[in-house]
Amino acid sequence: MLRIDRACYEAIVAHARRDHPDEACGVVAGPAGSDRPERFIAMENAERSPTFYRFDATEQLRVWREMDDRDEEPVVIYHSHTATEAYPSRTDISLAGEPGAHYVLASTREPDSTEFRSFRIVDGAVTEEPVEIV
Amino acid sequence: MAVQVRVPTILRTYTGGAKLVEGTGDTVAALFLDLDSRYDGLRGRLVTGDDGTELHRFVNIYINDEDVRFLGGLDAKLGDGDEVTILPAVAGGSADARV
Repeated sequence: MLRIDRACYEAIVAHARRDHPDEACGVVAGPAGSDRPERFIAMENAERSPTFYRFDATEQLRVWREMDDRDEEPVVIYHSHTATEAYPSRTDISLAGEPGAHYVLASTREPDSTEFRSFRIVDGAVTEEPVEIV
Repeated sequence: MAVQVRVPTILRTYTGGAKLVEGTGDTVAALFLDLDSRYDGLRGRLVTGDDGTELHRFVNIYINDEDVRFLGGLDAKLGDGDEVTILPAVAGGSADARV
């Protein structure tokens, strides 16, 4: 299960809406081992694409170092789908490189509601999990 | 050239759980061959092509703070005391989306 506070949830949705129709992406960092997403970090989508995202490599190194220095980890890795459902695509599954993270998908295909779902992606296996907003 | 290599979580199965390992080589390609001699299979996750001459598209390698894609890729030169960081690219997207 993903427990996420309302401020982080709303920040993800707002970022997805802001970048629509391109895909938005980012992380929510939290203390290592805590499973608590606390620090929202919007990332640049280096692809600037409606069907693909990739963290900018230089920004990713900076953010990953910063998390390391603060003894944090990427608790949530999020991105948006802008014309399809909030479910990991084959691309998402084959490229998922953080087995400990909650992969959050936000779909902005509907103009007035944002589908928000969370998954574990480990060794190509996708498991959806409930989301609790606290 | 002795360098320190930071290994991401997903590849620590190859290094017995170690987050930081040592390696040698005067280029990134040579370093990967050296690492593979002790951490069997690791190189296969980092390079592609028949003879492993290309850096995997979705793996980021940095020398100190610099993305090796701007330093010549696998031919990028290493110096004594450099720190090499391996990070899986965070990427994906709806291109192949299940509908």
